[in-house]
Amino acid sequence: MQGASLSVGAPSPQPSPRWGEGVRTSKPDRGDVRHDDKSMLYFIEQFLNGIQLGMLLFLLAAGLTLIFGIMDLVNLAHGSLYMIGAYFAATFAEWTDSFVLGAIFAIVATLAVGMALEVIAMRRLYARSHLDHVLGTFGLLLFFNELVRLIWGPAGMTLSLPGEMLKAVEILPGLFYPVYRLVIIAVTLAVAFLLYALVMRTRLGMLIRAGASNREMVGALGVNIKLLYTMVFGLGAALAGFAGLMQAPILTVQIGMGENILILAFVVIIIGGIGSIRGAFVAALLVGLVDTVGRAFLPDLLHVYLSESAAASLGRALSSMMIYMVMALVLIVRPEGLFPAASK
Amino acid sequence: MKGLLETSRGSRPSPRLAVNAGLLVILALAPLYAALTGDPFAMTLFTRVLILALAALSLNLIMGFGGMVSFGHAAYLGIGGYAVGILAKEGIGSGFVQWPVAIAAAALYALVVGALSLRTRGVYFIMITLAFAQMTYYVAIGLDRYGGDDGLTIYQRSRFGSLLDLDNKILFYYLCFALLLAGIYLVWRLVNSRFGLVIQGARSNERRMRAIGFATYRYKLVCFVIAGAMCGLAGALLANHTNFISPAMMHWTRSGDLMIMAVLGGMQAMFGPLLGAMTLLLLEESLSRVTDYANLVLGPLLLFVAIYVNGGIDGLIGGVRHG
Amino acid sequence: MADTLLEIAALTKRFGGVVASDAISLALAPGELHAVIGPNGAGKSTMIAQLTGEIAPDSGRIRFDGRDITTLPVHRRSRLGLARSFQITSLFSDFTALDNVALAVQAHCGHSFRFWRDARGEAALRAPARAALDRVGLGERADMAVADLSHGERRQLEIAMALATRPRLLLLDEPMAGMGPEESARLVATLRALKGSVTILLIEHDMDAVFALADRISVLVYGRIIASGDAAAIRADAAVRQAYLGDSEGAAASSARGAAHG
Repeated sequence: MQGASLSVGAPSPQPSPRWGEGVRTSKPDRGDVRHDDKSMLYFIEQFLNGIQLGMLLFLLAAGLTLIFGIMDLVNLAHGSLYMIGAYFAATFAEWTDSFVLGAIFAIVATLAVGMALEVIAMRRLYARSHLDHVLGTFGLLLFFNELVRLIWGPAGMTLSLPGEMLKAVEILPGLFYPVYRLVIIAVTLAVAFLLYALVMRTRLGMLIRAGASNREMVGALGVNIKLLYTMVFGLGAALAGFAGLMQAPILTVQIGMGENILILAFVVIIIGGIGSIRGAFVAALLVGLVDTVGRAFLPDLLHVYLSESAAASLGRALSSMMIYMVMALVLIVRPEGLFPAASK
Repeated sequence: MKGLLETSRGSRPSPRLAVNAGLLVILALAPLYAALTGDPFAMTLFTRVLILALAALSLNLIMGFGGMVSFGHAAYLGIGGYAVGILAKEGIGSGFVQWPVAIAAAALYALVVGALSLRTRGVYFIMITLAFAQMTYYVAIGLDRYGGDDGLTIYQRSRFGSLLDLDNKILFYYLCFALLLAGIYLVWRLVNSRFGLVIQGARSNERRMRAIGFATYRYKLVCFVIAGAMCGLAGALLANHTNFISPAMMHWTRSGDLMIMAVLGGMQAMFGPLLGAMTLLLLEESLSRVTDYANLVLGPLLLFVAIYVNGGIDGLIGGVRHG
Repeated sequence: MADTLLEIAALTKRFGGVVASDAISLALAPGELHAVIGPNGAGKSTMIAQLTGEIAPDSGRIRFDGRDITTLPVHRRSRLGLARSFQITSLFSDFTALDNVALAVQAHCGHSFRFWRDARGEAALRAPARAALDRVGLGERADMAVADLSHGERRQLEIAMALATRPRLLLLDEPMAGMGPEESARLVATLRALKGSVTILLIEHDMDAVFALADRISVLVYGRIIASGDAAAIRADAAVRQAYLGDSEGAAASSARGAAHG
């Protein structure tokens, strides 16, 4: 790192691999579409990647928006739970020699950590201002990064998949798509559906929806608010941990991995409307698609007007910014997001 | 007028005055301390304190007094720094060009960001300012010519002809000190002026402000631009100080640092940002000498402050303030 | 000059299925003190919000001194001379009473892009502020922090702030809410002194004050004006009595008290 900059939370030595850039790493048995074969197939591949990113973002954003909608808490440590989920999964998978078992234990463990965190720290923040939330959870973020470094070391980990999932399937003539990525989409869609069922069809879900639109009322109804909050936070934590472990085999398990995606998740809930799960779903898919497809095609689009190298570097810069431009656009037109939950 | 060093109404000088005055004395004598102890790092550290205090001061103008919680303030540090770095690389080494450009560029970006962001409130505002800072971060990474991710070394500090030789560490230190003091004085006058009262009123009760006839948006926007400009200057100083620019200058954790400094020091106090910068940097420094895992202490400490402390260090010293 | 200062024409506002304002039409003459009464939930707050510009009506127009202000933003209406007090006290709680009123003065005293001079030292702002505070009887409490004022004093501060903007029309949203009898009496006296020089639209529940002060009264029920006229006409109106004032005995008792005040 440069100079004597001992600043708090300096970014990790190498930036976390950005979504979309990990796609091209070579793994055995992965089918691939040639980069210069600008066919429909390439677009479909990127489209699917975008859906996948969107679904993972949704898992993060759903927790975030619930926690903000119901407890009015801005939680910067949400990315830490995502990271912890990945680390737990990598560790448990190693111990049990099974990806699935590792995943299950990881979810449970993250849930436990989340609930403990809520009881110990979060509930004391509810009464404070949003600025205090930002500060306090920022402190937690630093703490967790350091704790992970202490326990697992600075190098990061890997989470490997069972052999079958490493294969690629020919989903369309000429297009080979990794099985695991399809699994991600399928599983996360299932979880989204379950979440929908939970929120729309169960009593807990009703309390959650009520809490999102009128916090005080729910308390006045005699519901055990404290327990509700703990459960909601735990649910958010589990979702985050789950997202973390799901992406781990493809992308990364390293310190600070939560930060970049956390910001994306915040962008999602801003676009979707704070407190709204439906909004989070739509916005997450939008963000996932814009980011992935944009990143893939923008350099080529620019190549029409610019030289290859200029198009490449400008394309890279612009595609990183695209999400934020979309967010800015949405906020100009609808400052409360696309599907704002309620007056509160 | 609310006192700059803030004396109490009684005959006994308030602890606040003592602390602030003491702080100034310590800072004024820091180079002497460094020379006596022969510790070169002390100068570096204290200069850094001054520069980041200026940045935190600019943030506190909009955040503490204006109630605009900007989570993307490091963007202006970065823009100011990159203005200096880019101009230096392109052969324009004169500070008389670099620094005004740094300030103007930061002010311009603040104008754009503010114009869009100030239409939102609450957490939306916090996040959209964060997002705009992220944009500058990614743009900086994409600037291959200027180092991209690795950053760019500045071989020659800003030149001011025969007036100032910024390579002289002590001179540079006192320059930063002078600029910080000027900044504090400026903010003090600003906050108590008509403009400042409008800003404070908008923080206190924006609905009321509109009801009595103030178009609050434009005042907040102007304030936002002023803060951006001031931070751009801090960025120019920082680039000179480290002889280096990199995207890390505008990373969001840097914005977080600035917020911590402002809150830690006390958001209603003129000397708050300086107190906060000093405390945070010294704390980090001493912790890192003791342990490899400084954030295991720092993190929970921040959480503690967030939960229990009102009015920051300034609040602890002088009791809770009014108005 | 027009003999109508404020004209509300068929103001309508719906929230989902609820009609909060149902073609409200009202005209205020300059210098008049016009009271609007009605049961809770009648839509008085919605009406005020549309008059001040915080909510946009679905249809209808609002004219102030002949000028259509229906789409004018809140702060512009204030600039034209339309001031309001809030039903739920809304002050600058970190400041002193004097600071509060001085800000209101400042809003109408030139522009505020002045960055250097100490605003608390400006006589052009402080003097009229003190005067406004004196007018409502808060002169002695000028330098107290808002947090140290009693509820009634804060309500008076609300009025002082509205007055400090030198309004031509004063919209008072239940100013007596939560006031004790002494404070209410003082406020009634203040308002009576203002009659004639300032046009006042008074939303109130306190019937004594209403009958003591109002030149004309309008009754708002379920978003509609069901009656409008002078005190005697309202007291006699059967629909009003039924909907609001209760039985005839209650109405008679009210009128007796009103006569004692007047």
